[in-house]
Amino acid sequence: MVPVLRIIDIELCRTRVSVVRNVLARRRMDAQLTYDSPTTIADAENWAALGSGTLLLLLGASKRSLLGTCLAASSIPLLYRGVTGHWPRALTEFVQSDDTKTALGGDRGVHVRESIRLEVPIDDVYRYWRQLEFLPRFMEHLDRVTETSPRHSHWIARGPAGLAVEWDAEIINEVENQTLAWSSLPGSDVVTAGSVNFHTVRGGRSTQVNVHLQYAPPAGKAGAIVAGLFGREPSQTIREDLRRFKRLLEAGEIPRATATT
Amino acid sequence: MRAVCWEGKEKVRVETVPDPVILNPRDAIVRVTTTAICGSDLHLYDGFIPTMEHGDVLGHEFMGEVVEVGKDNSRLKVGDRVVVPFTISCGRCFFCKEQLWSLCDNSNPNAWMAEKLYGYSASGLFGYSHMYGGYPGGQAEYVRVPFADVGPLKVPDTLTDEQVLFLSDIFPTGYMAADNCQIRPGDTVAVWGCGPVGQFAIKSAFLLGAERVIGIDRFQERLELAASEGGAETLNYSDVDVLEALRDMTGGQGPDACIDAVGLEAHGTTLDAWYDRAKTSMFLATDRPHALRQAISACRKGGTVSIPGVYGGWLDKFPLGAAFAKALTLKMGQTHMHKYMPILLERIERGEIDPSFIITHRISLEDAPEMYRVFRDKDDACIKVVMKPGAPASLNSPGGGVSVS
Repeated sequence: MVPVLRIIDIELCRTRVSVVRNVLARRRMDAQLTYDSPTTIADAENWAALGSGTLLLLLGASKRSLLGTCLAASSIPLLYRGVTGHWPRALTEFVQSDDTKTALGGDRGVHVRESIRLEVPIDDVYRYWRQLEFLPRFMEHLDRVTETSPRHSHWIARGPAGLAVEWDAEIINEVENQTLAWSSLPGSDVVTAGSVNFHTVRGGRSTQVNVHLQYAPPAGKAGAIVAGLFGREPSQTIREDLRRFKRLLEAGEIPRATATT
Repeated sequence: MRAVCWEGKEKVRVETVPDPVILNPRDAIVRVTTTAICGSDLHLYDGFIPTMEHGDVLGHEFMGEVVEVGKDNSRLKVGDRVVVPFTISCGRCFFCKEQLWSLCDNSNPNAWMAEKLYGYSASGLFGYSHMYGGYPGGQAEYVRVPFADVGPLKVPDTLTDEQVLFLSDIFPTGYMAADNCQIRPGDTVAVWGCGPVGQFAIKSAFLLGAERVIGIDRFQERLELAASEGGAETLNYSDVDVLEALRDMTGGQGPDACIDAVGLEAHGTTLDAWYDRAKTSMFLATDRPHALRQAISACRKGGTVSIPGVYGGWLDKFPLGAAFAKALTLKMGQTHMHKYMPILLERIERGEIDPSFIITHRISLEDAPEMYRVFRDKDDACIKVVMKPGAPASLNSPGGGVSVS
């Protein structure tokens, strides 16, 4: 039973990914002609919701048990979304607005705090991080960061289940060798804000980097939990990113055991 | 190339695998001229170390000739003759700078695995499970050596492979075990296990000023080697009560330092040793710490217990109460190779020690599978096996045709 469910999960996920990928590709082409068309992605999500809802319902109904009933019941919000084009009101309360203050205020959004120490002078550490275009060298989920002005940048990442996610960010605070803070701008796929703080520690011999990231994932907190099922937990992802950062700066390379690792 | 691969518990095969290539700027590729089977390889062979995968290339004691270097490696050049330390260290992190080389922060690509198990990860190791990095090992014709601008030690042509090979692990390991004992003139050091590391611990204890060293084992040939080559007094634990004997030999005070050169697969004749055997055989325990328990019991008040033997998991019936009551110092861990290799090469060059004395078997790499078994079972008085890649196989039947020096 469990393996079967797992396979269905994976298949569902694949379907969704490929549908959304195609739509995203189309959306990029559209964006070159007109100016963005957010309805196409909503269409894809409607179809995906309808498809996955139907599958869940069928699967649930075929099991005459408590589990089956639960599965069938869980298809309701998906079917609702698929048919009406928006999520039931009970769920949308959790789904973010694209304004960082609204989406990330209080306990909303996902918070990740990680830190690392390096045996590298603070100005080298700061300078490397401030080259935002270097970030994808050690942040595994980032595809590309483009600095569009001294304070603005465009980010492309792989989100949950390999979906491409894009956003524009603005640096809202910058003190050389101390701090760098940013937040995403309205119209982004994700709502995110964060800061990196740099300190010297151990009497100035080492540098410590503290990262605080906040984001409202594309499907709200529920989405983050689902993402956790399919990929790594956010804090583990950031920890691995920081580890690669340290290795790149300290050792000059990221260690690999074989060509495939 | 040909390489010795792990294929499961008690299954080792020589297979043809792809040649290694330079992957990172500080790498080098070494053509292996001589390699060895280490006692700790037997923990892999016996399936005690988790995160091994089928096809993993074994081996962490090797030396050879540099045949290729990465673009940022300015310290080595093609043709250099080097001994490679079994621990992989970046040379630039906090731990490397503190001379704690085996705790390097940057060399284990799978650090997260070790963190799950141990809280923090030590350095990557050659051929010693994916938890330690998943690096292909040196029981092969070629090896890729990461961070090769800090690890490999160049050795002079005046010394033979057999004289310097053991700088790759067991000589520094035995030496650090003795160094950890803070030996002062007049001290007595007891060494559990007279395998290769134990033999080097005995020699090193004398080199560092011990007055007496007592070797403990059950195999006569190992005890004889400890006495003849090492100059140790010996105890056969099958014949005597070790605790009583050590008390008698030290005027009731106990040895100043005790070295556990046995590790997690200890054998014993006392009740606790049988208890460990039963529990580990039913997967209810991870390690058999009988030798360590005995070392802690035997050690004098305020003494040091030094542990070069490998442990992997959660120890059962660990006598921390005794260690506390006697205010013992416990020192342990993988060897900080890079710290010890140069000074030990000097000792070899000065003729203070010739590490080749422990070799009992010289074979072709092709004969590795059979020799793993022979070494594990201590058949044929086997103490140390060295292997030559590229040499023709010579073992036709199990246990037969072995050339004993």
